[in-house]
Amino acid sequence: MPVYFLEIIVVALGLLMLMVDAFAKIEEKRSIAWIGMVGLLIVLGLLFAVKWPESTHGPFWQFYSANDQISLFYKGIAVITTIIVLIMAVDFRHIVVAQTADPEKGAHPQSGLGEFVALPVFACAGLMLMASANNLVSIFVSLETVTITFYILVTYMRRNVGSLEAGVKYLILGALSTGFLVYGFAWLFGITGSMQLSEIASSLADPEVNSAAALFAFALILVALAFKVGGAPFHFWIPDVYQGAPTPITAFLSVGSKAAGFIIFLRLIGPFLASDVLAEKACLVLTIIAGITLIMGNLAAIPQKNFKRLLAYSSVAHAGFLLVALASAPTKSAVGSLSPAVVVTFYLGAYLLMTLLAFLVVTTVRNSIVGEEIDSYKGLAKRSPFLAFTLIIAMASLAGIPLTAGFYGKFFVFKIAADQGNWTLLIIGLIGAASGFYYYLKIAVPVFFATASDEDSGEEISCIPVSAPARAAMVVLTVAIIAAGVNPNLIIMLFS
Amino acid sequence: MSILEIIVFLPLLAALAIGMGAPARYTALSTSMLVLIMSLVSAIQFSTSIEGTLQMVSTRPLLEMAGFPFLSLSFGLDGISLVMLLLSAIVMVAAVLVSPKEAELESHPRLYYLSLLLISGGALGAFCSTDLFFLYAFHELALIPTFLMIGIFGAGSDRLKTAWTITIYLGVGSLVLLVGLIVAVSGLGGSTFNIEELTALAIENPMTSQMQNWVFFLLLVGFGILVSLFPFHSWAAPAYAAAPTPVAMLHAGVLKKFGLYGIIRVALPFAPSGAESFLNVILFLMLGNIIYIGLVTIAQKSLDRMLGYSSVMHMGYIFLGLAAGNELGMSGAVLLMFAHGISIALLFAMSGWLREKYGTLAFDKLGGIGKQVPKLTLIFGFAAFASAGLPGFANFAAEVEVFIGAFAGAEDGFGWIQWATIISLWGVVISAVYMLRAYRSIFMGPIPKKVEAPDDVGWDTRLPLLILLAALMAVGFVPEILNQYIRPAVVMILTTTG
Repeated sequence: MPVYFLEIIVVALGLLMLMVDAFAKIEEKRSIAWIGMVGLLIVLGLLFAVKWPESTHGPFWQFYSANDQISLFYKGIAVITTIIVLIMAVDFRHIVVAQTADPEKGAHPQSGLGEFVALPVFACAGLMLMASANNLVSIFVSLETVTITFYILVTYMRRNVGSLEAGVKYLILGALSTGFLVYGFAWLFGITGSMQLSEIASSLADPEVNSAAALFAFALILVALAFKVGGAPFHFWIPDVYQGAPTPITAFLSVGSKAAGFIIFLRLIGPFLASDVLAEKACLVLTIIAGITLIMGNLAAIPQKNFKRLLAYSSVAHAGFLLVALASAPTKSAVGSLSPAVVVTFYLGAYLLMTLLAFLVVTTVRNSIVGEEIDSYKGLAKRSPFLAFTLIIAMASLAGIPLTAGFYGKFFVFKIAADQGNWTLLIIGLIGAASGFYYYLKIAVPVFFATASDEDSGEEISCIPVSAPARAAMVVLTVAIIAAGVNPNLIIMLFS
Repeated sequence: MSILEIIVFLPLLAALAIGMGAPARYTALSTSMLVLIMSLVSAIQFSTSIEGTLQMVSTRPLLEMAGFPFLSLSFGLDGISLVMLLLSAIVMVAAVLVSPKEAELESHPRLYYLSLLLISGGALGAFCSTDLFFLYAFHELALIPTFLMIGIFGAGSDRLKTAWTITIYLGVGSLVLLVGLIVAVSGLGGSTFNIEELTALAIENPMTSQMQNWVFFLLLVGFGILVSLFPFHSWAAPAYAAAPTPVAMLHAGVLKKFGLYGIIRVALPFAPSGAESFLNVILFLMLGNIIYIGLVTIAQKSLDRMLGYSSVMHMGYIFLGLAAGNELGMSGAVLLMFAHGISIALLFAMSGWLREKYGTLAFDKLGGIGKQVPKLTLIFGFAAFASAGLPGFANFAAEVEVFIGAFAGAEDGFGWIQWATIISLWGVVISAVYMLRAYRSIFMGPIPKKVEAPDDVGWDTRLPLLILLAALMAVGFVPEILNQYIRPAVVMILTTTG
């Protein structure tokens, strides 16, 4: 099967879901999400059946990269994220409905859900296209497909002020960063005379290249991409948007959008780092951004009291670790060293597992308790040992405790930084990892340490129900975190 | 599957089973018994005639990637790791035996036993691993369970603070260690994580002496934090005082030895010239452990803190044995790791029992209970004597080896180490002072009115105590039981370090 069929299938799936939404009875609308999940599971299987084209001539392949195993991995990340986002969306529907329905008329519990589950599927198609984009045009088009979908999804709870505020912030800053990106693309086109990434790379490698203009383009693109992945100092939107958006969408933003942002990062920054003239300065800028991101993300996470906000800063911190890997791109002389692409891709694979697991727990718990404050998780270990266990595994992995996938991610980052002699970043990274021990384990305090006196305060102890698909997803993610934590090759073999 | 793989993964699988609903205490108990039996079997199978090489090796390649050292899940034993394995298995059984029954725990009984198994499994894995990565990774397995155990089941009102202190402190220590290990592996060519191959590389193609100094410094700080080397000791005593009894036993008895094991296994062979240049620093810090912490120990007013500080203090002797750099001193150090691990676990087991029955461990609130609990008093006496280094116990045999080993070479003139040995000898006096004072103020003298007499230790508690005591005395009378394993391995390490 040709690789571009995957995107076509996903778009068709999204259209099908919208059709069902338009014509099905209101009681049956939950099935839209099931259609989406099953369809995407099939797409996930089809990823292994991809056949690369023999000839890559023709206009299409100018926009779409061929023979690219790593892009399949990122497509897989997009599909898995979307499946789990749909699972969360089903669990989250009561809150969405409550925040969208007209307060006077009331609403059917399944109304207004159609777009909420169909739009992520379109975003998924955009993310998958982004994974294969090899031309400035296709990069821009796919990026905007995703971003515009997210503008809608973030504000989806239209009667909730937090959600609206998040949406406005995301829209304004997102549009601004798009402006930077396009301006950067324009300069890049002006310097190289091409939209094709491979041609841009060869033009930039030319020692005669206008380095001032090229670095200007680099700076503009870097600003836009740092915004997308949450690199400091362009990360200020993240906490507010993550906190205000519906939790499944936060998870989507945090994983899908970040992973896609990083593959664009790898592709666009790669030509600059490969060029002898530009590499040194580009690397310096990346190093500074990586250092600031690590410090801001990790230190700002320490005092957080809201779990979603904590995860937002944690996503900034992880962006910092990923940027360290990018900033430690090996020079040409160091043959056979760890490549940043491998490190970043592995890290994102691990990040997907642990972040989605954490958000699954947040969504499930949200059905039984009010709010997402860390203190409201008090006594969770008593109410649901299963959720407490999965949460602690997710936190251990995010903190980078060995024998979880998250540790290998950090380990590879430290290794590549040490190999390149990037000692400043290594030390900042260590400080960040050490503070991570604190702010991730902080969750364990209310979950496990609630003493008898807290229980007497009148809160009733009841079990927290976990829906069957959410439970299945949690088990799969937990097992994957530990299995990849022992044997990282389980993830690496998927993309190399 | 090799026997070592079973030993390492059995506790982890048992922890999983408990999480899924298996009966907690029963599973933990049978697992620890099986681990002990298998460890004894591997000790019997272990051949002492083969010179110091690894035995019972098993390897499963995991990752071969450009630019990344070859990673494999591999286990194997030499004499030193065998002794550590035996120590872990014995203390593990005792720790599970002294744990309260499920019904006696206020909350989370499963989590209690699950954490115990994870802590012990981590220790077993760290000592059996021959791959540097997993040596490090398995040790870290104990971090979160220890945090939860102290925070949920610990004693004292500030246990949450203590739980944070030990977690952050050890977390930072292991991060420093991680950097040291990464730098060491890169410096040695970065082609493998296999410790044996890395050691061979360190002989053939050593790092520059400046690099070695850096590596040794990082490893000394990293391992030093884990082993509570002065001045990185402040986490230890409060944590042991607050921790539930079995965690204190496992941590003070077994996990802390990982730092020393790492110095013997990794730091010395990888960076021998670095070790040489830090020798005097180590001697100085070790005196800090023995004399300064020794005096701090005397000043303690309750048994649990006193034991905590005494366990910090005794680490000094082990460093002295390592600093001696000869066969006698180093095998004494390894033997002392075993002896101290058993004796401190024994003492913590008893202090936990006392805390539960009398509700306090403060010296001024206890007294004269020797008449109420004569059997416990007897065993405590033995343990106190052992800890103070009286003949007949493993500690004595080990300390004698350490002191003689460290004093060797005195005929060629006194160096730093001989002077340090002479000063360290006063540590024996200090130990005797605090142990005998503790014994006197708890078990002798008038009985304060408030103390009600509980029943003496029953067989459920007596059994673990006697197991530990038996190990202590057997090795005390016949140190050769363990020395036959230790000696070839130590000779091997000394030849690699030159």
